[in-house]
Order: sequence, then C-alpha cells, then structure tokens
Amino acid sequence: MTGDPGEEAQTQAVVSDQDVVRVRQLVRTAAVTAKLSLVDQTKVVTAASELARNTLVYGGGGSVQVRVVRQRRSGVRVELADDGPGIGDLELALTDGYTTGGGLGLGLSGARRLVDEFEIDTAPGRGTRISIVKWAR
Amino acid sequence: MDRVPVLKLGDVLLVSIQVDLADKTTVQLEEDLSERIVATGARGVIIDISALDIVDSFVGRMLATIAAISRVLDAETVVVGMRPAVAITLVELGLSLHGIQTALNVERALEVLSRARDDDWIPPLDTEDDTAPAAP
Amino acid sequence: MALSTDESRRMADRLRTDSADLVATWVAKAGAPLTGRLSEGELRRQITELYGVLVAALDEGMTDLSAAPGGELRAVLADLSRGRARQGFSATETAVSVFTLKDALSGRADLADPAELRDFLSFNRFIDELGLFTFSSYSAAREELIADQAEQLLELSTPVVKLWEGVVAVPLVGTLDSARAQVVMERLLQALVDTGSPYAIIDITGVPAVDTQVAQHILKTVVAARLMGAECLISGIRPQIAQTIVALGIEFGDIATKATLADALRHVLRRSAARTGGRAEPVA
Repeated sequence: MTGDPGEEAQTQAVVSDQDVVRVRQLVRTAAVTAKLSLVDQTKVVTAASELARNTLVYGGGGSVQVRVVRQRRSGVRVELADDGPGIGDLELALTDGYTTGGGLGLGLSGARRLVDEFEIDTAPGRGTRISIVKWAR
Repeated sequence: MDRVPVLKLGDVLLVSIQVDLADKTTVQLEEDLSERIVATGARGVIIDISALDIVDSFVGRMLATIAAISRVLDAETVVVGMRPAVAITLVELGLSLHGIQTALNVERALEVLSRARDDDWIPPLDTEDDTAPAAP
Repeated sequence: MALSTDESRRMADRLRTDSADLVATWVAKAGAPLTGRLSEGELRRQITELYGVLVAALDEGMTDLSAAPGGELRAVLADLSRGRARQGFSATETAVSVFTLKDALSGRADLADPAELRDFLSFNRFIDELGLFTFSSYSAAREELIADQAEQLLELSTPVVKLWEGVVAVPLVGTLDSARAQVVMERLLQALVDTGSPYAIIDITGVPAVDTQVAQHILKTVVAARLMGAECLISGIRPQIAQTIVALGIEFGDIATKATLADALRHVLRRSAARTGGRAEPVA
C-alpha cells in the first residue's frame, strides 16, 4: 500500500491525433482517481495534451505512460517518450513564444507552468523524455 | 472523423462543440466555418465551448484564427460558455486569446452581436428632406 | 504477533463463558469515565457489537489485529473512534472503552494459577493492541475533522454575494494567502456562471497587505473572468496597498480599479445601462 512508484500504469502509443485525445482521457481518469480538484485536473490534462501533441508533431510519435502515484499526497504522473530528433537548445525551447512548428510556442513552457514537477531529458539525436507530476492539494 | 455541425440562425452562425476535439476536427471546423460565413453572408459567429472540459493551445489558436478570418469576412466572432477551470488553466498556460470577444452564454453573445450591428446602423438617407424646399 | 493461535482460541472461550455478565461488567466499567455523556443504551450497543466481532475474529484464529481475520474488528473499532471523535470525546475517553475489557476479564481470572496468568498477560497485550489502534483511528478522524473545518472556514471567509442583477462581489477580509486567493478565484468565477452575471467586483478594503503572489492571483482572476465573457473590477485599494503594488512593479494594466465598492457598483451600473439602454431607449 505504501509502494511509492505508484500503481495502475497505463500506456498509450501516440501516432495519430486521435491518440492525443486518448491520452487526455487517460490522464483525466487518473486525475479523478488521485482526487485532484477540478481546476488541477484541467491543468494536468491540458499539460498532457500539449506535451502529447509535441511528441506527435516534433518527436514523430512515441508513447505516453499515465499512472496514479501515492506518497504523502496522491497525484498523477505522466511520462512521455519519443525517439525523435530531440531538442538542441532546451532553454530556448522552454521560452514562451518560441516555436519551430508554427504553433503558439506555449507547449513546453506553458505545460511546465501547469504542473508541480517537470523533468526533461533530451539531446539532439537521442529523443526526448518528459515526466510531469501534479499533486492533489 | 467527427465533424462539428454549424447551425444558421438568421445572420448568425452557431457552433456548439460537443466532442473532445481531435486536431484534425479542429482544422476541419476552421475550414467549414470560413466557407459557411461566405456562403451565408453571416454577420456573426457564436462558438459555444461550454461542453469542452479543456482548451489547449491548439484549440486556442483555432479560436483566434476563426476570429481573425471572420473579421476579414466582416463577421464578428464571440466565444461563449468557457468553464471557470478552463479559463484559469488558459491564463496559467499563458494564452489570453487577445482579439477574441467572449460572453457568458449564447443569449449574451446575441446581445453583443446585435449591439455591434447597431453601431453599424446608418439612418436611411431621407432624400425628400433634401429636395423639399423649405416651405414657409 | 500478540497471541498464539491456541491463546486466541482460549481467549474466545474465556469471553464466551457467562458472556451476558461479562458484557454487563464491561459496559459498566467503560461507562464510568464517560460520566453520562453517552447514553447507556448507545454504549451497550457499541460494546455488544465490539464483543461480537471480537469473539468471531478470535474464533477464526486471529493472532494479530492487522491480520486478515481482524478486518471486521478493525472496521468496528475505527467506526467507534470516528463516532467518538465527532461527538467530542477525548482520545482517552475513547480508548478506555477498549481498555476496560481488561478490568472486566481480570475479575474472573485466577491469577495465582501460572498458566492462567500467562494467558491473561497475553490477552492484555492483545487488548493493548486494540487500544492503540483505537488511538490512531481516533487521531486520524480528528485530523479529518480539522481539515474539514478548515475548508469550511475558508468557504465562510470568502462569501460571493449578488450585489445587483448581473453583478456579483467578493468582499475580502483578512490576510490573503495563496491558497485562499485560489479558492476566491474559483468561487467567484463559478458564481459568474451560476448567476449569469457579466460583472464581478473584488473588494479588498479589508485586506491589510498584498504581496506579489496574491496580486498575481487577483490579476489572473480578472483575466480568467474576461475569457469567460465577464468584466471584473477591483475596489477598495488602500493607499499602502497601492504603494506596494507600484513598488513591486505589478502591472495592473487596463484593469478597472475603483476607490470604494460603491464607486465600482456605480461604474458597473452605468456601463450596463449604457449597454441595454443604448438600444432600448436611445438618449434624446
């Protein structure tokens, strides 16, 4: 019961825009299970949507893992992975308004603001791994 | 693929988004709406998003684009029914939807549109007044 | 492990002999410290229930409260603790209802007999375990209670009032921390939807200080309200707060601020009159 890595990990491949919708639904279900408030649910689902679209558009597809984590508080962890080109200048990519894909440039930077924990591991040619956590208040 | 229906109410087009939007559906809606504005000569577009439980930057951009396109086509766009949680999230995300008119519900949006039309209203040229001599 | 399987069987037997008398003694001893604040009938019902599940669990060979056969027993104990916590009994007064089983049992054991003494000590250890469990469920229930009350207090301290047709307001009083500011924000925005009001006023006359974070929350509320199609004004900014806002370099941008709630309401009414009046009855 106290195992901190969490439970019920769900994996979703991201290869089409329908998969992004499925990721949103998975994260929503997990957020409800983790007893996040409505606003926090909305925030983490929105963040996951932004990041899953990045995985699809920039990473050329990948996979997303969603799980409920229980430590002192409960929360939702979303891990995204792709084997795409990776990000060269991470600091620049995390700047509001910076985009290479014709978007609004709010995906990465905005998603980071919406969650409590944000980790990114990327390098050119090595793909991108992002892990986010939103805790129940 | 899902398609979002566009309803015509007088000179207003009403779009009520009821499904979780996939990106392709979003792009399709953008195209459908531009065509319908021109085809119907609509003066206003109301997009009801009260059923959407999230709006991310992709949907946000669609709303902004539709507003911009309709402005070019001389129609006014009003986005209605955004949920509080969605609004709070959008603010945090950094999306302020500049240049988009908003209203609490469809009724209010119709008021906004009719007000905009009142501003456009020009009194009919009263030709008789001009021609009639100032008779004593 | 508090009891061996044999011991648990023997304890069940012990509890069963002359059970009516045992329960009556237990109820009497448990009732004494509660000084009549719990009706005897209620106490008897609780003790009888506890007695029933205890014997059943021991019959199943329960050796440890945390083991599987103790499930129902744990549930009954937790229920008892929760109930007492909500009724305002102290932790001691709650646990004593369990510990008095020792007194009830000791009266009937022949402690001169070494075998019986050994058994009695084991039973005691086991009853201690039950008591400790009661303690911890009691404190968990209290914590829940306190958290609930804190939340209720938060809601009480941030009332959203309807000021006029189509105008809602939150008069904020007291220190605003980030958590409370967030609650205010959510409640105000929800009130806009519920009442269909296109105007909201946040009155901060009663707020002694504003830091950057709180100011940010207020600003975000205003922007979020705008996204929803409503206009949000801020009234009652005191001179010190105005100074802080400027000193902190917080941009209030094009947000309407008014000196008093009355000014804000007048502003809103004038605007909404201009909106509807402009069309219905044009100014001559």
